[in-house]
Amino acid sequence: MFRDAVLVAAKDLRVEARSRVATNQVLPFALLVLVLFAFALGTDRGTLSAAAGGLFWLAVLFSAMLAIQRSFGIEAADDARDALRLSGLDAGGIFLGKAGAIVVQLLLLEVVLGAGIVVLYDVQLHAPLLLIGSTVLATAGLAAAGVAYGMVAAGLRVRETLLPLLVLPALAPLLLAAARVADAALGGTPGLAAPWVRLLAVFTTVYVAFGVVAFGALLEES
Amino acid sequence: MDLVVRLRAVVSLLGRFPALAGVDLDVAPGEVLVVGGPNGAGKTTLLRACAGLVALSSGEATVLGHDLRRDRRAVREEIGLLGHATYLYDDLTVEENLRFAARAAGAGVADAKAALDRLGLGGRLRHVAANRLSAGQRRRVAIAAVAARRPRLWLLDEPHAGLDAGGRDLLDALVVEAAGEGATVLLASHELDRASTLAGRTVTIAGGLIADGLLRAELRPAPAASSAAPSPGQAATGTAPEPLRVP
Amino acid sequence: MPTRNGVTSALGAAAIVLLALTAVLALVVSPAEVNQGDSVRLLYLHVPTAWLALYLSFGVTSLASALYLWPRTRSRFWDMLAGASAEIGVLFLGLTLAVGSIWGRPTWGVWWTWDPRLTSTAVLFVLYLGYLAVRGVPGDQAVTSKRAAVVALAAFVDVPIIHQSVEWWRGQHQAASVLDDSRLLDPQITGTMATTLVVAVVAFTVLYAWLLAHRMRVFDLEHRAGQEDLTAALAERRAEAAELGSAARATP
Repeated sequence: MFRDAVLVAAKDLRVEARSRVATNQVLPFALLVLVLFAFALGTDRGTLSAAAGGLFWLAVLFSAMLAIQRSFGIEAADDARDALRLSGLDAGGIFLGKAGAIVVQLLLLEVVLGAGIVVLYDVQLHAPLLLIGSTVLATAGLAAAGVAYGMVAAGLRVRETLLPLLVLPALAPLLLAAARVADAALGGTPGLAAPWVRLLAVFTTVYVAFGVVAFGALLEES
Repeated sequence: MDLVVRLRAVVSLLGRFPALAGVDLDVAPGEVLVVGGPNGAGKTTLLRACAGLVALSSGEATVLGHDLRRDRRAVREEIGLLGHATYLYDDLTVEENLRFAARAAGAGVADAKAALDRLGLGGRLRHVAANRLSAGQRRRVAIAAVAARRPRLWLLDEPHAGLDAGGRDLLDALVVEAAGEGATVLLASHELDRASTLAGRTVTIAGGLIADGLLRAELRPAPAASSAAPSPGQAATGTAPEPLRVP
Repeated sequence: MPTRNGVTSALGAAAIVLLALTAVLALVVSPAEVNQGDSVRLLYLHVPTAWLALYLSFGVTSLASALYLWPRTRSRFWDMLAGASAEIGVLFLGLTLAVGSIWGRPTWGVWWTWDPRLTSTAVLFVLYLGYLAVRGVPGDQAVTSKRAAVVALAAFVDVPIIHQSVEWWRGQHQAASVLDDSRLLDPQITGTMATTLVVAVVAFTVLYAWLLAHRMRVFDLEHRAGQEDLTAALAERRAEAAELGSAARATP
């Protein structure tokens, strides 16, 4: 399973490196979202910097939608399921591989977005270990849930509209927890973050396990 | 001798439409079987069913020793399907696509290289991205991807379509070679003339059923010189008339 | 073709009786509550629908989905049960949120509050809307049923996480205003009120069963209609082959 996961992740990342969709489209989109938040909330520096943690994760969430759609879009235009099933790869391996590739892409995105909120929203980054650790953890959970639901929507004609409807409510607790950790870290009160980090750990573990188990069933039908 | 493919009264539904309406088929190891038939007869569905891609509503089906109604995953690992879609990654080069296909199937990078060369893709083309190839070239890459997996059962759906003369010759040589190495080949084609030169046997599928010997002979375009009526010898080389079965 | 049969008629009759009883108890017999006055009577609608939707319906959907996915117990029955229960659940959850909102207005002065229970309920509502969306996708029914079952299980797994996270979230803003006053959320329930509540819950459970029975009958009839189509389609398909055969035999 892990060998297959590495194979799939490497393939997905190689496709990304060639097509540069994440860098040319998703990244600018994420930065645009940050700017739009400023338009929506008003440029009162206090408001933006207080909300920076949540806005960061919201931007990541929206960008993740695009990344997930793309991840399944590259698998043979109309029928992602056929291509993946015919490959002979282990279902759990495909899940981990795709999720892994998305984690890498999102992490790179988050570095840039982090710089974005420092610049645009005038925040200071404290507690780097907490920030980095929680970000990696949350991103893994995000990718796991996203790829699992992405497979549910894959190959269906209504997939572009169905995926957000399925994934975003499921990600609500992740958003909540990640934003609170970010708030705590940025606000200089890292101690408050502990229960939220635990929640992130639970969420991520649950969804990674769920994805590995359920992916087989999802690939399988018809 | 264990049959590579054994189907009995197989019914397969595409939504409400019965693409396969009760198919009986036996394929022996090492055989090259050509499946002919008009458009919409069920050739593609038959191949996809043997590939383990399609759910069967009723009937018994065994491919390479695996029960198609229970363990389709295991079947997929051992077959190579050349379908209408090419299943290539647009942004990767020919060589990268083939290496991925080979390694995903558990074959080695060397197999990918060998397949590349075999299909005449070994030169400059190796480093071209898949979306910059012509349709015929993409087809060749798709064939190479099947070859690189070294499958025990080859399922080829209209493989000659879109290939130039050189490509068709290469494909034929590949099929003969694979059969020689003990693999089994199931080939669906409109071009029965060309295909049947490869085949040990031909069957015809129509209306989701394997049709009887008479029908098969009629669907083959009559060669100009010989008579149109099937000779007794011809009927005897094909499958026995398959009875219509109710699922 | 009507979906009524002996079972549904019995359930229906029982439901009507119990609901009438509930109405009488709720509106007339039971007293007004200490803090909220008469608006507490809305609770007799709100609590049963909440119980019905959150625990009964979605619990049944999750269980049925699991049974459907498990190869040994796979059967169309579980799929129908999961779908029917989810539809009823979404209906009642919507009702729960609406009634809760109506109750909240005179009591708290606002239509909505980010109370942990309300918020997790809202998220759950959307999750199940997603489930119904997957079921409603046109295409191969076997495909959508399986995917929907997976989504149902994912939702089930997600619920405790959602609930816990929202609890913590709102817990950090304790005593922000009278809106968080737990006296209002958990009113004093005395003798007659408790009885009324129990009757109400029973009545709605019977109502659920009645709706479920009807909905599953409809599913079944749809399926049977589809099967008839199938037999006809199979016959047509084979006729194709026979036609070709006789055409072939006809030509010299």
